[in-house]
Amino acid sequence: MLQSMLRGKGLIWGYAGLIILFLLPLILPRFYIYIVSIILLTGLLATSLNLVLGYGGIFQFHHAVFYGVGAYATALMLTRTGLSPWISFIVGPIVSAALGLIMGMICIRLSKLYFAMLQISLGSLVWIIVYRWYSFTGGDDGIHGIPLPEILSSPNGAYYFTLIITLICFLIMYKIVKSPFGSALQGIRDNPVRSEMIGINVKRHQLLALIIAGFFAGVAGFLFVVVDTTVFPDMLFWTLSLEICIMCLLGGWFSFFGPMLGAAIIIVLRTFVSTFTSYWTLVLGILMMFVIFFLPNGVLGYVEEKLHKGLIEPVIKE
Amino acid sequence: MLEVKSISKSFDGFKAVNNANLEVEKGEIVAVIGPNGAGKTTLFNLITGILKPDNGKVFFKGEDITGLHPYQVCRKRISRSFQIVNVFQRLTVFENVQVSVLSRQKKTWNLFTPSTKLVIKETNEILESVGLIKKKNRTTALLSHGDRKVLEIAMALGGNPEFLILDEPTAGMAPEETARCIELIKHLSEKLGLTILFCEHDMEIVFGIANRIMVMVRGATIVQGGCDEVRCNQAVQDAYLGRSDVCLM
Repeated sequence: MLQSMLRGKGLIWGYAGLIILFLLPLILPRFYIYIVSIILLTGLLATSLNLVLGYGGIFQFHHAVFYGVGAYATALMLTRTGLSPWISFIVGPIVSAALGLIMGMICIRLSKLYFAMLQISLGSLVWIIVYRWYSFTGGDDGIHGIPLPEILSSPNGAYYFTLIITLICFLIMYKIVKSPFGSALQGIRDNPVRSEMIGINVKRHQLLALIIAGFFAGVAGFLFVVVDTTVFPDMLFWTLSLEICIMCLLGGWFSFFGPMLGAAIIIVLRTFVSTFTSYWTLVLGILMMFVIFFLPNGVLGYVEEKLHKGLIEPVIKE
Repeated sequence: MLEVKSISKSFDGFKAVNNANLEVEKGEIVAVIGPNGAGKTTLFNLITGILKPDNGKVFFKGEDITGLHPYQVCRKRISRSFQIVNVFQRLTVFENVQVSVLSRQKKTWNLFTPSTKLVIKETNEILESVGLIKKKNRTTALLSHGDRKVLEIAMALGGNPEFLILDEPTAGMAPEETARCIELIKHLSEKLGLTILFCEHDMEIVFGIANRIMVMVRGATIVQGGCDEVRCNQAVQDAYLGRSDVCLM
Protein backbone atom coordinates (compact mmCIF):
# COMPACT_ATOMS: atom_id res chain seq x y z
CA MET A 1 0.00 0.00 0.00
CA LEU A 2 2.84 2.37 0.78
CA GLN A 3 4.56 1.50 -2.46
CA SER A 4 1.96 3.37 -4.46
CA MET A 5 2.43 6.51 -2.39
CA LEU A 6 6.17 6.74 -1.98
CA ARG A 7 9.27 5.82 -3.93
CA GLY A 8 12.94 5.14 -3.19
CA LYS A 9 14.10 6.73 0.02
CA GLY A 10 10.60 7.98 0.72
CA LEU A 11 9.40 4.39 0.94
CA ILE A 12 12.02 3.52 3.56
CA TRP A 13 11.09 6.61 5.57
CA GLY A 14 7.44 5.67 5.21
CA TYR A 15 7.98 2.17 6.58
CA ALA A 16 10.21 3.49 9.35
CA GLY A 17 7.55 6.02 10.29
CA LEU A 18 4.85 3.35 10.36
CA ILE A 19 6.91 1.04 12.57
CA ILE A 20 7.66 3.90 14.95
CA LEU A 21 3.98 4.84 15.09
CA PHE A 22 3.05 1.27 15.98
CA LEU A 23 5.77 0.98 18.63
CA LEU A 24 5.15 4.39 20.24
CA PRO A 25 2.89 3.15 23.08
CA LEU A 26 5.77 0.95 24.29
CA ILE A 27 8.07 3.94 24.61
CA LEU A 28 6.03 7.02 25.35
CA PRO A 29 4.03 7.86 28.46
CA ARG A 30 0.27 8.09 28.31
CA PHE A 31 0.06 11.86 27.84
CA TYR A 32 2.20 11.79 24.69
CA ILE A 33 0.21 8.92 23.25
CA TYR A 34 -2.86 11.08 23.70
CA ILE A 35 -1.13 13.96 21.86
CA VAL A 36 -0.07 11.70 19.00
CA SER A 37 -3.64 10.42 18.69
CA ILE A 38 -4.91 14.00 18.51
CA ILE A 39 -2.29 14.82 15.88
CA LEU A 40 -3.37 11.82 13.81
CA LEU A 41 -7.05 12.63 13.86
CA THR A 42 -6.50 16.37 13.35
CA GLY A 43 -4.20 15.52 10.46
CA LEU A 44 -7.00 13.43 9.02
CA LEU A 45 -9.37 16.38 9.44
CA ALA A 46 -6.92 18.79 7.76
CA THR A 47 -6.32 16.35 4.92
CA SER A 48 -10.07 15.97 4.37
CA LEU A 49 -10.29 19.76 4.09
CA ASN A 50 -7.37 19.74 1.69
CA LEU A 51 -9.28 17.44 -0.66
CA VAL A 52 -11.59 20.36 -1.41
CA LEU A 53 -9.24 23.26 -0.62
CA GLY A 54 -5.91 22.25 -2.12
CA TYR A 55 -7.09 19.75 -4.72
CA GLY A 56 -10.53 21.16 -5.47
CA GLY A 57 -9.87 24.88 -5.09
CA ILE A 58 -13.13 25.25 -3.16
CA PHE A 59 -12.88 27.72 -0.29
CA GLN A 60 -14.51 25.62 2.39
CA PHE A 61 -13.56 27.96 5.23
CA HIS A 62 -15.85 26.42 7.81
CA HIS A 63 -14.81 22.81 7.67
CA ALA A 64 -14.89 22.18 11.42
CA VAL A 65 -18.69 21.91 11.23
CA PHE A 66 -18.42 18.48 9.65
CA TYR A 67 -15.91 17.40 12.27
CA GLY A 68 -18.14 18.59 15.10
CA VAL A 69 -21.32 17.17 13.61
CA GLY A 70 -19.64 13.81 13.09
CA ALA A 71 -18.46 13.84 16.69
CA TYR A 72 -21.85 14.92 18.06
CA ALA A 73 -23.74 12.38 15.96
CA THR A 74 -21.52 9.62 17.31
CA ALA A 75 -21.67 10.90 20.88
CA LEU A 76 -25.47 11.24 20.83
CA MET A 77 -25.85 7.75 19.39
CA LEU A 78 -23.56 6.36 22.08
CA THR A 79 -25.25 8.13 24.99
CA ARG A 80 -28.89 8.13 23.93
CA THR A 81 -29.43 4.88 22.06
CA GLY A 82 -28.74 1.33 22.98
CA LEU A 83 -27.35 0.50 19.56
CA SER A 84 -23.97 -1.11 19.15
CA PRO A 85 -21.18 1.51 19.45
CA TRP A 86 -19.72 0.31 16.16
CA ILE A 87 -22.90 1.44 14.40
CA SER A 88 -22.51 4.90 15.99
CA PHE A 89 -19.02 5.11 14.54
CA ILE A 90 -20.42 4.63 11.06
CA VAL A 91 -23.37 6.95 11.63
CA GLY A 92 -21.13 9.92 12.55
CA PRO A 93 -19.34 10.18 9.20
CA ILE A 94 -22.56 9.46 7.30
CA VAL A 95 -24.35 12.33 9.04
CA SER A 96 -21.38 14.57 8.24
CA ALA A 97 -21.45 13.50 4.60
CA ALA A 98 -25.20 14.20 4.47
CA LEU A 99 -24.58 17.66 5.92
CA GLY A 100 -21.84 18.09 3.31
CA LEU A 101 -24.42 17.27 0.65
CA ILE A 102 -27.01 19.72 2.00
CA MET A 103 -24.61 22.59 2.61
CA GLY A 104 -22.85 21.84 -0.65
CA MET A 105 -26.08 21.99 -2.63
CA ILE A 106 -26.83 25.42 -1.19
CA CYS A 107 -23.31 26.87 -1.43
CA ILE A 108 -22.14 25.39 -4.72
CA ARG A 109 -24.18 27.93 -6.68
CA LEU A 110 -21.57 30.47 -5.68
CA SER A 111 -17.86 30.30 -6.23
CA LYS A 112 -14.64 31.44 -4.60
CA LEU A 113 -15.06 33.91 -1.74
CA TYR A 114 -18.84 34.09 -2.10
CA PHE A 115 -18.93 30.37 -1.51
CA ALA A 116 -16.71 30.87 1.54
CA MET A 117 -18.97 33.55 3.03
CA LEU A 118 -22.14 31.53 2.62
CA GLN A 119 -20.45 28.42 3.91
CA ILE A 120 -19.20 30.21 7.03
CA SER A 121 -22.70 31.57 7.68
CA LEU A 122 -24.39 28.20 7.29
CA GLY A 123 -21.71 26.57 9.42
CA SER A 124 -22.20 29.14 12.16
CA LEU A 125 -25.89 28.39 12.03
CA VAL A 126 -25.18 24.75 12.79
CA TRP A 127 -22.84 25.82 15.58
CA ILE A 128 -25.46 28.02 17.23
CA ILE A 129 -28.00 25.19 17.11
CA VAL A 130 -25.57 22.86 18.85
CA TYR A 131 -24.60 25.60 21.30
CA ARG A 132 -28.15 26.57 22.30
CA TRP A 133 -30.09 23.32 22.18
CA TYR A 134 -29.40 22.36 25.77
CA SER A 135 -31.92 19.56 26.06
CA PHE A 136 -30.49 17.68 23.08
CA THR A 137 -26.80 18.53 22.73
CA GLY A 138 -25.97 19.64 26.25
CA GLY A 139 -25.32 23.19 25.04
CA ASP A 140 -21.98 24.68 26.01
CA ASP A 141 -21.40 21.90 28.53
CA GLY A 142 -21.03 19.43 25.72
CA ILE A 143 -21.29 15.72 26.45
CA HIS A 144 -18.87 14.05 28.82
CA GLY A 145 -17.95 10.55 29.79
CA ILE A 146 -19.19 8.95 26.61
CA PRO A 147 -19.26 5.17 27.05
CA LEU A 148 -17.01 3.25 24.70
CA PRO A 149 -16.52 -0.43 23.94
CA GLU A 150 -14.05 -1.97 26.34
CA ILE A 151 -11.37 -2.54 23.73
CA LEU A 152 -11.21 1.21 23.07
CA SER A 153 -11.38 2.52 26.59
CA SER A 154 -7.69 2.02 27.32
CA PRO A 155 -5.43 4.80 25.97
CA ASN A 156 -3.46 2.32 23.88
CA GLY A 157 -6.63 0.77 22.46
CA ALA A 158 -7.87 4.21 21.43
CA TYR A 159 -4.45 5.02 19.99
CA TYR A 160 -4.22 1.91 17.84
CA PHE A 161 -7.81 2.32 16.71
CA THR A 162 -7.12 5.94 15.69
CA LEU A 163 -3.90 4.99 13.96
CA ILE A 164 -5.46 2.20 11.92
CA ILE A 165 -8.56 4.17 10.92
CA THR A 166 -6.41 7.18 10.00
CA LEU A 167 -4.13 5.02 7.87
CA ILE A 168 -7.10 3.46 6.07
CA CYS A 169 -8.64 6.89 5.44
CA PHE A 170 -5.34 8.23 4.16
CA LEU A 171 -5.07 5.34 1.75
CA ILE A 172 -8.60 5.90 0.47
CA MET A 173 -8.12 9.65 0.13
CA TYR A 174 -4.84 9.11 -1.65
CA LYS A 175 -6.56 6.76 -4.09
CA ILE A 176 -9.25 9.36 -4.70
CA VAL A 177 -6.71 12.11 -5.34
CA LYS A 178 -4.91 9.94 -7.88
CA SER A 179 -8.08 8.68 -9.56
CA PRO A 180 -9.70 10.19 -12.65
CA PHE A 181 -12.05 11.99 -10.26
CA GLY A 182 -9.02 13.51 -8.55
CA SER A 183 -7.57 14.57 -11.88
CA ALA A 184 -10.85 16.19 -12.87
CA LEU A 185 -11.03 17.94 -9.51
CA GLN A 186 -7.53 19.36 -9.95
CA GLY A 187 -8.49 20.50 -13.41
CA ILE A 188 -11.51 22.27 -11.96
CA ARG A 189 -9.28 23.92 -9.36
CA ASP A 190 -6.93 25.25 -12.02
CA ASN A 191 -9.60 26.32 -14.45
CA PRO A 192 -13.34 25.75 -14.02
CA VAL A 193 -14.34 27.28 -17.35
CA ARG A 194 -11.96 25.09 -19.27
CA SER A 195 -13.05 22.00 -17.32
CA GLU A 196 -16.64 22.66 -18.24
CA MET A 197 -15.59 23.02 -21.88
CA ILE A 198 -13.95 19.60 -21.95
CA GLY A 199 -17.20 18.08 -20.79
CA ILE A 200 -16.87 18.00 -17.00
CA ASN A 201 -19.96 18.82 -14.98
CA VAL A 202 -18.10 21.13 -12.62
CA LYS A 203 -20.77 21.64 -9.97
CA ARG A 204 -21.51 17.95 -9.56
CA HIS A 205 -17.86 17.04 -9.22
CA GLN A 206 -17.42 19.76 -6.63
CA LEU A 207 -20.48 18.55 -4.77
CA LEU A 208 -19.16 15.00 -4.61
CA ALA A 209 -15.83 16.36 -3.36
CA LEU A 210 -17.65 18.24 -0.59
CA ILE A 211 -19.53 15.10 0.42
CA ILE A 212 -16.31 13.07 0.54
CA ALA A 213 -14.55 15.78 2.54
CA GLY A 214 -17.50 15.93 4.94
CA PHE A 215 -17.37 12.17 5.38
CA PHE A 216 -13.70 12.08 6.32
CA ALA A 217 -14.11 15.09 8.62
CA GLY A 218 -16.86 13.05 10.30
CA VAL A 219 -14.42 10.15 10.69
CA ALA A 220 -12.00 12.52 12.41
CA GLY A 221 -14.92 13.62 14.59
CA PHE A 222 -15.78 10.15 15.85
CA LEU A 223 -12.09 9.43 16.40
CA PHE A 224 -12.02 12.43 18.71
CA VAL A 225 -14.90 10.90 20.66
CA VAL A 226 -12.91 7.68 20.95
CA VAL A 227 -9.74 9.43 22.08
CA ASP A 228 -11.24 12.10 24.34
CA THR A 229 -14.67 10.66 25.29
CA THR A 230 -16.08 14.21 25.21
CA VAL A 231 -17.66 16.55 22.69
CA PHE A 232 -18.15 20.29 23.06
CA PRO A 233 -19.51 23.10 20.84
CA ASP A 234 -16.05 24.58 20.24
CA MET A 235 -15.49 21.68 17.87
CA LEU A 236 -17.84 23.43 15.44
CA PHE A 237 -16.65 26.98 16.09
CA TRP A 238 -15.15 28.88 13.18
CA THR A 239 -11.84 29.50 14.96
CA LEU A 240 -11.14 25.79 14.70
CA SER A 241 -11.95 25.95 10.99
CA LEU A 242 -9.40 28.71 10.64
CA GLU A 243 -6.87 26.60 12.47
CA ILE A 244 -7.44 23.72 10.05
CA CYS A 245 -6.99 26.07 7.09
CA ILE A 246 -3.72 27.25 8.64
CA MET A 247 -2.61 23.63 8.99
CA CYS A 248 -3.14 23.13 5.25
CA LEU A 249 -1.25 26.32 4.35
CA LEU A 250 1.53 25.67 6.83
CA GLY A 251 2.17 22.08 5.79
CA GLY A 252 1.61 22.68 2.10
CA TRP A 253 -1.77 22.51 0.46
CA PHE A 254 -0.50 21.14 -2.82
CA SER A 255 1.14 18.14 -1.16
CA PHE A 256 -0.91 15.20 0.01
CA PHE A 257 0.83 14.84 3.38
CA GLY A 258 1.26 18.59 3.89
CA PRO A 259 -1.84 19.12 6.06
CA MET A 260 -0.81 16.21 8.30
CA LEU A 261 2.55 17.87 8.88
CA GLY A 262 0.80 21.21 9.46
CA ALA A 263 -1.47 19.58 12.03
CA ALA A 264 1.54 18.08 13.80
CA ILE A 265 3.35 21.44 13.90
CA ILE A 266 0.36 23.34 15.27
CA ILE A 267 -0.57 20.76 17.90
CA VAL A 268 3.01 20.42 19.08
CA LEU A 269 3.25 24.21 19.34
CA ARG A 270 -0.04 24.45 21.17
CA THR A 271 0.87 21.72 23.59
CA PHE A 272 4.45 22.62 24.39
CA VAL A 273 4.78 26.36 23.79
CA SER A 274 1.59 27.05 25.72
CA THR A 275 3.28 25.59 28.83
CA PHE A 276 5.77 28.49 28.64
CA THR A 277 3.47 31.28 27.57
CA SER A 278 -0.22 31.73 27.01
CA TYR A 279 0.67 33.76 23.91
CA TRP A 280 1.56 30.66 21.93
CA THR A 281 -0.45 31.94 18.97
CA LEU A 282 2.14 34.71 18.68
CA VAL A 283 4.74 32.07 17.88
CA LEU A 284 2.32 30.52 15.39
CA GLY A 285 1.68 33.92 13.81
CA ILE A 286 5.38 34.63 13.33
CA LEU A 287 5.92 31.13 11.95
CA MET A 288 3.02 31.64 9.57
CA MET A 289 4.51 34.90 8.29
CA PHE A 290 7.80 33.18 7.59
CA VAL A 291 6.04 30.39 5.76
CA ILE A 292 4.06 32.81 3.59
CA PHE A 293 7.13 34.85 2.70
CA PHE A 294 9.70 32.12 2.24
CA LEU A 295 7.84 28.86 1.70
CA PRO A 296 4.71 29.79 -0.27
CA ASN A 297 4.06 26.10 -0.98
CA GLY A 298 4.21 25.20 2.71
CA VAL A 299 6.83 23.27 4.64
CA LEU A 300 6.31 19.96 2.87
CA GLY A 301 5.85 21.71 -0.46
CA TYR A 302 9.30 23.22 0.05
CA VAL A 303 10.87 19.88 0.94
CA GLU A 304 9.32 18.22 -2.10
CA GLU A 305 10.58 21.03 -4.30
CA LYS A 306 14.12 20.48 -3.00
CA LEU A 307 13.92 16.73 -3.46
CA HIS A 308 12.54 16.93 -6.99
CA LYS A 309 14.93 19.61 -8.17
CA GLY A 310 17.30 17.03 -9.60
CA LEU A 311 14.39 15.57 -11.56
CA ILE A 312 12.88 18.74 -12.94
CA GLU A 313 15.95 20.66 -14.03
CA PRO A 314 17.14 18.39 -16.85
CA VAL A 315 13.67 18.59 -18.33
CA ILE A 316 13.87 22.37 -18.47
CA LYS A 317 17.29 22.28 -20.14
CA GLU A 318 16.31 19.60 -22.65
CA MET B 1 -23.72 21.19 -39.61
CA LEU B 2 -23.75 24.27 -37.38
CA GLU B 3 -26.29 26.99 -37.86
CA VAL B 4 -26.47 30.18 -35.84
CA LYS B 5 -29.68 32.12 -36.42
CA SER B 6 -29.87 35.84 -35.65
CA ILE B 7 -28.24 35.49 -32.26
CA SER B 8 -27.84 38.49 -29.93
CA LYS B 9 -26.16 39.19 -26.64
CA SER B 10 -25.77 42.46 -24.83
CA PHE B 11 -23.81 43.40 -21.72
CA ASP B 12 -25.35 46.29 -19.77
CA GLY B 13 -26.94 47.67 -22.90
CA PHE B 14 -23.85 47.23 -25.05
CA LYS B 15 -24.72 44.95 -27.94
CA ALA B 16 -21.68 42.69 -28.19
CA VAL B 17 -23.38 40.38 -30.66
CA ASN B 18 -26.28 41.78 -32.60
CA ASN B 19 -28.19 39.56 -34.99
CA ALA B 20 -25.25 37.44 -36.04
CA ASN B 21 -25.79 34.61 -38.50
CA LEU B 22 -23.44 31.81 -39.33
CA GLU B 23 -23.58 28.58 -41.25
CA VAL B 24 -20.93 25.91 -41.32
CA GLU B 25 -21.16 22.83 -43.52
CA LYS B 26 -19.60 19.51 -42.63
CA GLY B 27 -15.90 19.29 -43.44
CA GLU B 28 -15.45 23.01 -44.02
CA ILE B 29 -12.95 25.39 -42.52
CA VAL B 30 -14.76 28.62 -41.78
CA ALA B 31 -13.06 31.76 -40.53
CA VAL B 32 -14.71 34.54 -38.60
CA ILE B 33 -12.97 37.86 -39.05
CA GLY B 34 -13.67 41.36 -37.92
CA PRO B 35 -12.04 44.31 -36.21
CA ASN B 36 -11.20 44.16 -32.51
CA GLY B 37 -14.32 44.14 -30.38
CA ALA B 38 -16.50 42.91 -33.22
CA GLY B 39 -17.88 40.17 -30.98
CA LYS B 40 -16.05 37.14 -32.35
CA THR B 41 -15.15 35.64 -28.99
CA THR B 42 -18.60 36.44 -27.61
CA LEU B 43 -20.11 34.61 -30.58
CA PHE B 44 -17.99 31.56 -29.78
CA ASN B 45 -18.97 31.79 -26.13
CA LEU B 46 -22.62 31.84 -27.18
CA ILE B 47 -22.22 28.78 -29.40
CA THR B 48 -20.38 26.79 -26.72
CA GLY B 49 -22.77 27.68 -23.90
CA ILE B 50 -20.39 29.73 -21.78
CA LEU B 51 -22.79 32.64 -22.32
CA LYS B 52 -26.54 32.42 -22.78
CA PRO B 53 -27.89 34.38 -25.75
CA ASP B 54 -30.57 37.04 -25.24
CA ASN B 55 -32.30 35.77 -28.34
CA GLY B 56 -31.56 33.71 -31.40
CA LYS B 57 -30.88 30.02 -31.81
CA VAL B 58 -27.95 27.70 -32.30
CA PHE B 59 -28.50 24.44 -34.15
CA PHE B 60 -25.97 21.63 -34.38
CA LYS B 61 -26.76 18.82 -36.83
CA GLY B 62 -30.34 20.03 -36.82
CA GLU B 63 -30.59 19.86 -33.03
CA ASP B 64 -31.28 22.98 -30.98
CA ILE B 65 -28.35 23.43 -28.60
CA THR B 66 -29.18 26.98 -27.51
CA GLY B 67 -28.62 27.52 -23.81
CA LEU B 68 -27.08 24.13 -23.03
CA HIS B 69 -24.32 24.08 -20.42
CA PRO B 70 -20.77 23.98 -21.81
CA TYR B 71 -20.28 20.40 -20.66
CA GLN B 72 -23.43 19.35 -22.49
CA VAL B 73 -22.29 21.15 -25.63
CA CYS B 74 -18.97 19.34 -25.34
CA ARG B 75 -20.77 16.00 -25.22
CA LYS B 76 -22.37 16.84 -28.57
CA ARG B 77 -18.77 16.62 -29.80
CA ILE B 78 -18.13 20.32 -30.14
CA SER B 79 -14.75 21.29 -28.70
CA ARG B 80 -13.03 24.63 -28.50
CA SER B 81 -9.75 26.27 -27.69
CA PHE B 82 -9.47 29.65 -26.06
CA GLN B 83 -7.89 32.89 -27.19
CA ILE B 84 -6.37 33.61 -23.81
CA VAL B 85 -4.46 30.49 -22.84
CA ASN B 86 -6.72 28.46 -20.65
CA VAL B 87 -4.97 25.30 -19.49
CA PHE B 88 -4.55 23.56 -16.15
CA GLN B 89 -1.48 25.30 -14.77
CA ARG B 90 -0.48 22.83 -12.09
CA LEU B 91 -0.87 19.70 -14.18
CA THR B 92 1.62 18.33 -16.69
CA VAL B 93 1.03 18.49 -20.44
CA PHE B 94 0.10 14.82 -20.38
CA GLU B 95 -2.38 15.23 -17.53
CA ASN B 96 -4.02 18.20 -19.23
CA VAL B 97 -4.91 16.12 -22.25
CA GLN B 98 -5.62 13.04 -20.15
CA VAL B 99 -8.32 14.82 -18.14
CA SER B 100 -9.96 15.79 -21.38
CA VAL B 101 -9.92 12.20 -22.66
CA LEU B 102 -11.14 10.85 -19.32
CA SER B 103 -13.98 13.32 -19.36
CA ARG B 104 -15.01 12.32 -22.88
CA GLN B 105 -15.09 8.68 -21.84
CA LYS B 106 -17.12 9.67 -18.77
CA LYS B 107 -14.52 8.19 -16.45
CA THR B 108 -14.20 11.16 -14.11
CA TRP B 109 -16.60 9.61 -11.62
CA ASN B 110 -14.19 6.76 -11.11
CA LEU B 111 -12.81 7.17 -7.59
CA PHE B 112 -10.45 4.28 -7.16
CA THR B 113 -8.59 3.32 -10.34
CA PRO B 114 -5.31 5.21 -10.55
CA SER B 115 -5.34 7.73 -13.40
CA THR B 116 -1.88 6.57 -14.35
CA LYS B 117 -3.38 3.36 -15.72
CA LEU B 118 -6.12 4.90 -17.84
CA VAL B 119 -6.32 6.22 -21.41
CA ILE B 120 -2.52 6.34 -21.76
CA LYS B 121 -2.59 5.27 -25.39
CA GLU B 122 -5.25 7.72 -26.52
CA THR B 123 -3.55 10.61 -24.74
CA ASN B 124 -0.17 9.78 -26.24
CA GLU B 125 -1.70 9.57 -29.71
CA ILE B 126 -3.15 13.05 -29.39
CA LEU B 127 0.13 14.46 -28.08
CA GLU B 128 1.95 12.74 -30.92
CA SER B 129 -0.36 14.21 -33.54
CA VAL B 130 0.12 17.77 -32.30
CA GLY B 131 3.86 17.36 -31.72
CA LEU B 132 3.96 17.78 -27.96
CA ILE B 133 4.93 14.21 -27.08
CA LYS B 134 8.52 15.12 -26.12
CA LYS B 135 7.30 17.71 -23.63
CA LYS B 136 4.57 15.61 -22.09
CA ASN B 137 6.00 15.47 -18.58
CA ARG B 138 6.48 19.20 -18.15
CA THR B 139 4.08 21.23 -16.11
CA THR B 140 2.30 23.68 -18.36
CA ALA B 141 3.81 26.60 -16.48
CA LEU B 142 7.13 25.70 -18.11
CA LEU B 143 5.82 25.71 -21.69
CA SER B 144 6.37 28.46 -24.22
CA HIS B 145 3.33 30.49 -25.23
CA GLY B 146 3.19 28.79 -28.61
CA ASP B 147 3.28 25.32 -27.07
CA ARG B 148 0.49 26.26 -24.69
CA LYS B 149 -1.66 27.34 -27.60
CA VAL B 150 -1.02 23.96 -29.22
CA LEU B 151 -1.83 22.27 -25.92
CA GLU B 152 -5.13 24.16 -26.03
CA ILE B 153 -5.90 22.44 -29.33
CA ALA B 154 -4.72 19.08 -27.98
CA MET B 155 -7.12 19.39 -25.05
CA ALA B 156 -9.94 20.22 -27.42
CA LEU B 157 -9.05 17.10 -29.41
CA GLY B 158 -9.28 15.03 -26.24
CA GLY B 159 -13.04 15.43 -26.45
CA ASN B 160 -12.97 13.53 -29.77
CA PRO B 161 -14.81 16.35 -31.52
CA GLU B 162 -16.49 16.46 -34.90
CA PHE B 163 -16.61 20.21 -34.72
CA LEU B 164 -13.65 22.24 -33.54
CA ILE B 165 -13.78 25.92 -32.60
CA LEU B 166 -10.44 27.71 -32.41
CA ASP B 167 -10.34 31.21 -30.98
CA GLU B 168 -7.30 32.96 -32.51
CA PRO B 169 -5.16 29.82 -32.58
CA THR B 170 -1.98 31.61 -33.67
CA ALA B 171 -2.25 34.81 -31.63
CA GLY B 172 1.08 35.72 -30.09
CA MET B 173 2.98 32.91 -31.81
CA ALA B 174 6.44 33.25 -33.35
CA PRO B 175 6.47 32.92 -37.20
CA GLU B 176 7.73 29.31 -37.23
CA GLU B 177 5.21 28.35 -34.55
CA THR B 178 2.49 29.95 -36.64
CA ALA B 179 3.54 27.91 -39.64
CA ARG B 180 3.46 24.72 -37.55
CA CYS B 181 0.04 25.60 -36.20
CA ILE B 182 -1.37 26.17 -39.68
CA GLU B 183 -0.01 22.81 -40.75
CA LEU B 184 -1.71 21.28 -37.73
CA ILE B 185 -5.08 22.88 -38.54
CA LYS B 186 -4.85 21.68 -42.15
CA HIS B 187 -3.91 18.23 -40.94
CA LEU B 188 -6.91 18.11 -38.59
CA SER B 189 -9.22 19.12 -41.38
CA GLU B 190 -7.82 16.82 -44.06
CA LYS B 191 -6.79 13.72 -42.11
CA LEU B 192 -9.32 13.65 -39.31
CA GLY B 193 -12.11 15.24 -41.29
CA LEU B 194 -12.91 17.78 -38.61
CA THR B 195 -15.13 20.72 -39.30
CA ILE B 196 -13.31 23.80 -38.07
CA LEU B 197 -14.55 27.24 -37.14
CA PHE B 198 -11.88 29.73 -36.19
CA CYS B 199 -11.28 33.42 -35.83
CA GLU B 200 -8.03 35.12 -36.63
CA HIS B 201 -6.56 38.55 -37.28
CA ASP B 202 -3.81 37.42 -39.63
CA MET B 203 -5.38 37.72 -43.10
CA GLU B 204 -2.69 35.59 -44.69
CA ILE B 205 -3.75 32.67 -42.53
CA VAL B 206 -7.43 33.34 -43.03
CA PHE B 207 -7.26 33.47 -46.81
CA GLY B 208 -4.73 30.65 -46.82
CA ILE B 209 -6.77 27.95 -45.10
CA ALA B 210 -10.42 29.00 -44.87
CA ASN B 211 -12.98 27.67 -47.32
CA ARG B 212 -15.41 30.36 -46.39
CA ILE B 213 -15.28 33.53 -44.34
CA MET B 214 -17.79 35.29 -42.14
CA VAL B 215 -17.20 38.96 -41.43
CA MET B 216 -18.46 40.54 -38.25
CA VAL B 217 -18.59 44.24 -37.51
CA ARG B 218 -20.02 45.66 -34.30
CA GLY B 219 -21.64 42.36 -33.43
CA ALA B 220 -23.47 41.89 -36.72
CA THR B 221 -22.75 39.61 -39.64
CA ILE B 222 -21.90 41.70 -42.69
CA VAL B 223 -21.30 38.93 -45.12
CA GLN B 224 -20.57 35.24 -45.27
CA GLY B 225 -19.10 33.74 -48.40
CA GLY B 226 -16.08 32.44 -50.28
CA CYS B 227 -12.71 34.16 -50.03
CA ASP B 228 -13.01 36.12 -53.25
CA GLU B 229 -16.51 37.23 -52.52
CA VAL B 230 -15.44 38.56 -49.13
CA ARG B 231 -12.28 40.15 -50.48
CA CYS B 232 -14.16 42.29 -52.94
CA ASN B 233 -17.17 43.07 -50.78
CA GLN B 234 -17.69 46.77 -50.40
CA ALA B 235 -19.02 46.61 -46.82
CA VAL B 236 -16.01 44.59 -45.69
CA GLN B 237 -13.60 47.02 -47.24
CA ASP B 238 -15.38 49.91 -45.60
CA ALA B 239 -15.18 48.21 -42.22
CA TYR B 240 -11.47 47.47 -42.47
CA LEU B 241 -10.09 50.30 -44.54
CA GLY B 242 -12.62 53.05 -44.40
CA ARG B 243 -14.19 54.04 -47.75
CA SER B 244 -12.04 52.97 -50.67
CA ASP B 245 -12.32 51.14 -53.93
CA VAL B 246 -9.31 48.82 -53.75
CA CYS B 247 -9.69 45.15 -52.97
CA LEU B 248 -8.76 44.01 -49.48
CA MET B 249 -5.17 42.76 -49.71
